[in-house]
Amino acid sequence: MVQMRSGLVRPGLIVDIKKIGEMTEITETADGGFRVGAAVSGMELSEHPRFGKVWPGVLEAVNLIGSKQVQGRASAGGNLCNGSPAGDSVPAMIAAGAVVTVQGPSGRREIKVEDVPAGPGRTNLKSGEILVSFTLPPRPAGSGDAYLRMIPRTEMDIAVVGIGVSLTLKDGVCTAARVGLGAVAPTALLVEPAGQALIGSRLDDAALEAAAAACRAACRPIDDKRGTVAYRIKTAGVLLKRTAAIAAKRAGGH
Amino acid sequence: MNVVNNKWIGQRTIRPDGVDKVTGRAAFAADTTMPGTIWGKVLRSPHPHARIKSINTAKAEALPGVKAVVTARDIVDFPIEKGAVMLGIQDMRWMCRNVMARDKALFPGHPVAAVAATTEAIAAEACKLIEVDYEVLPWAIEIDDALKDGAPILHEWNKFDGKPSNIMGRLESKKGDIAVGFKDADIIIERSFATRPVHQGYIEPHACLISVAADGKTTIWSSSQGQFMVRAMTSMLTGIPQSDIRAIPAEIGGGFGGKTIVYLEPLATLLAKKSGRPVKMVMTREEVMRATGPTSGSKSTVKIGAKKDGTIVAAHGAFYLQAGAFPGSPIRGAVGCSFAPYDIPHILSEGFDVCSNRSKVAAYRAPGAPIGAYAVECVLDELAEALKMDPLELRLKNAAKEGTKAAHGPVFPRIGYIETLEAAKNHPHYAAPLGKLQGRGVASGFWFNAGGESSAQVNITEDGNVVVTTGHPDIGGSRAGIANICAELLGIDYKRVSVIIGDTQTVGFSNLTGGSRVLFASSMVVTQATDKIIATLRERAAKIWEIDPEAVKWEDGAAHPVSPNAGEFKPLTLADLAEKAPSQGGPIGASVQLNTQGAEGGFGTHICDVEVDVDLGIIRVIRYTAVQDVGRAIHPSYVEGQLQGGVAQGIGWALNEEYIYNKDGKVDNPGFLDYRMPVCSDLPMIDCALVEVPNPKHPQGVKGVGEVPLVPVMAAVANAVNNALGKRFYSLPMSPPKVSEALDAPTQQAAE
Ligand SMILES: Cc1cc2nc3c(=O)[nH]c(=O)nc-3n(C[C@H](O)[C@H](O)[C@H](O)COP(=O)(O)OP(=O)(O)OC[C@H]3O[C@@H](n4cnc5c(N)ncnc54)[C@H](O)[C@@H]3O)c2cc1C
Repeated sequence: MVQMRSGLVRPGLIVDIKKIGEMTEITETADGGFRVGAAVSGMELSEHPRFGKVWPGVLEAVNLIGSKQVQGRASAGGNLCNGSPAGDSVPAMIAAGAVVTVQGPSGRREIKVEDVPAGPGRTNLKSGEILVSFTLPPRPAGSGDAYLRMIPRTEMDIAVVGIGVSLTLKDGVCTAARVGLGAVAPTALLVEPAGQALIGSRLDDAALEAAAAACRAACRPIDDKRGTVAYRIKTAGVLLKRTAAIAAKRAGGH
Repeated sequence: MNVVNNKWIGQRTIRPDGVDKVTGRAAFAADTTMPGTIWGKVLRSPHPHARIKSINTAKAEALPGVKAVVTARDIVDFPIEKGAVMLGIQDMRWMCRNVMARDKALFPGHPVAAVAATTEAIAAEACKLIEVDYEVLPWAIEIDDALKDGAPILHEWNKFDGKPSNIMGRLESKKGDIAVGFKDADIIIERSFATRPVHQGYIEPHACLISVAADGKTTIWSSSQGQFMVRAMTSMLTGIPQSDIRAIPAEIGGGFGGKTIVYLEPLATLLAKKSGRPVKMVMTREEVMRATGPTSGSKSTVKIGAKKDGTIVAAHGAFYLQAGAFPGSPIRGAVGCSFAPYDIPHILSEGFDVCSNRSKVAAYRAPGAPIGAYAVECVLDELAEALKMDPLELRLKNAAKEGTKAAHGPVFPRIGYIETLEAAKNHPHYAAPLGKLQGRGVASGFWFNAGGESSAQVNITEDGNVVVTTGHPDIGGSRAGIANICAELLGIDYKRVSVIIGDTQTVGFSNLTGGSRVLFASSMVVTQATDKIIATLRERAAKIWEIDPEAVKWEDGAAHPVSPNAGEFKPLTLADLAEKAPSQGGPIGASVQLNTQGAEGGFGTHICDVEVDVDLGIIRVIRYTAVQDVGRAIHPSYVEGQLQGGVAQGIGWALNEEYIYNKDGKVDNPGFLDYRMPVCSDLPMIDCALVEVPNPKHPQGVKGVGEVPLVPVMAAVANAVNNALGKRFYSLPMSPPKVSEALDAPTQQAAE
């Protein structure tokens, strides 16, 4: 809609998918996971009694999209299909290990969130396919997630770097970790080596530095009006440490 | 007439425009419409610098729905060789070329043609059908690029030092002899600074609706800081006499100086005249950012010499300001204001007006002064550091006061600068403890303020209330201030005074809303008009009571005998006298028109605390106090609003705002997403400390307050950052990538 109003696109046909039940529902799956309809707005997600307790990082990422007014309409589905490398909810969804259900003329398929974006403004959805929902896996005890972004202002801004971290702790040892990284490459990335660097550690300085180094190494940013290459790479490392610390604190609090 | 026990002056009365603005009823220029309205759109140059060889509008004119097309041929030309034709501070030779490129396009966004069509989409489509044959020329945007040898010259006829140059002019203020002064100095500090161009950032884009009747009678609704400026410029650029142009000021959604010139009005007038239909034009934000005036980017070098005890003996400033496509950068403000707070025996302050391929600058709050103050106040901070003096003590030691001769000319009368320094020094903020990676900075600033022409008509309604009409768009609360003053003088309830802004054909000439002049000047004319009315009211009561007018006084909204000796009469209220008016000499009203004099300059001193996230290079302002000599705060909330707004804009200028250019010489961030003005959550509550040293030349003691508060801000922030990090930034903005890079630079020892 925004692109239409600003004259960037002129679609011949507009289909409103915000009235399809499956796309606007939030359900807890039998195994303890969540299914979030692709058109659920940020506001609706934050009003859900349980979602934010289980996935505080995903929720804070979705709620960072725009302002209160924007939150009333904008959805995680739109944020992902928008194809922006800086979309806030995407790294958090990647860290969460979310999978999307896609419906097309020839049926349904499931893809990992990190495989949806194809490049700035582009997705791997085929012509005629739409995103139906996100499925987030069940949460073992001792899990926590977090999302942080660097923006020059404090709100109404676009991420210069965004990082989602999801991890599980058992007796102080990290047993699972995933890191999603945004705004530093043509698409949001799953940084597997960063997660690996944390797994098996007690999130000590050496492990955090190794994970930060993995994030820096994964960056393929550009110099642009929002930040330099050097700044983005450095910031990716700084934010990894800060985000992991918040996720760990939340994991401990479970 | 500085009454102390005021009932309304100094009260935080409800703003007269408040309900309309909160409920969305207020009519801005883009809200207006007329039967038969069509849409105007501008075709703009994609090139930073190009000769226009030809323009073919035939295809556009043939597009169904297109009603008119105009190009530079339709605009009145002011030939360059014939010399300046000034309207206020604008030279019409540049104005006529800025509203529509003539032989050359000088910046991306420079209008080349305009189209009016039945819909906005058709007008936009028609713009694409206009064929412009450009000869693309090399371009220069940054000052260094515009000044280097072999730089592309924007105005080939211009010479500086005998050579073709982009330096369009030089201005200096001088006092004493700096060569002599610097010889006496024990310590000399010289530093160079750079600032980026920044936009005023008014929320409402330029907009107008214009109709030209068959007999030539023209009506303009537009958003501006002066309906008379709109009328005069439109008249000069279209050839329609001023008597035929009624310019109606719409409510205005911000200007900050940026709406003291026209962009759309002459084009819409010509389109309306050609098409015979009312034409509406509304800029997009992108057009605002590409084609309207921000303030200059700058480079400056400031050198200050002092004795060991802190006495400043000499100062030299050289300020290079980007004018954009046409001459006229605010060097006067940089040159005149920078050293004005200080009593320095030897001063040379020089300004250079530099053209380059970016949009022509427009006024922005205290034009030029913040740029100069940034350099001077940072050098003073280094001087204080070097002398191990408290920065406020250094300023106090050298502060200008009554009798000080400023380098730009005047000898100061009673001024309140020292009072602002004392108030800052004694403010709890100045003594508050600071945490880790936090720092505190101070800086001062001066602005000339202005008087000039204003008119007012004050009428008593038949039911005994008051309508005041003035001629200045209200962008800073002038309606509320005038109502306070008028209610005070008449001794009636504030709610009984209605203040409206007249259009050009219903109220006398009133100069721009700018220069912090409006409340100063309009309250002067309103006071005189109200005094005339009070004289009339006393005469009427005297006649009714059959006593001498001298024996009648006006008090608490009614005529009373001055004393029992004058006779025993029941007071005659305003309502009584209004009711009797038809039989007692007719309607009661008065108008006054003046070229007001006696606007005295204003001073402010600011305290800023910052905290730095050294890992990410993010600077946050965590506490801010603005102290200012405001003369007399007629409406304190509005005065505080001016201070807070100026500080907010200055913090944006210091930390994030800048025009970013791509390799093609085009602005790469023409919107509020990437042109980062601060949002609410970026700022702390900005505290204000109002110092009131009344202006002796004004009936209520008013001094302009709207511009001073932007002047000290960037220096205060920069000085605070230095205090936090032990590292100085000599260029703005201090944005995260830049701060981070500087902190990581090898010469820098660990910041913690
Ligand atoms: C003022 C403002 C501030 C913003 N701030 C932020 C911010 O801070 N962080 C951030 O990440 N983003 C921000 N955005 C952009 C944000 O990505 C999108 O506006 C929002 O997430 C889109 O959600 P939507 O549901 O409105 O999608 P739409 O705008 O309706 O759609 C976006 C795109 O995705 C497609 N699409 C939507 N849903 C589906 C689907 N189910 N299947 C297939 N394709 C689909 C649409 O066709 C369209 O191309 C901001 C936007 C605005 C206007």
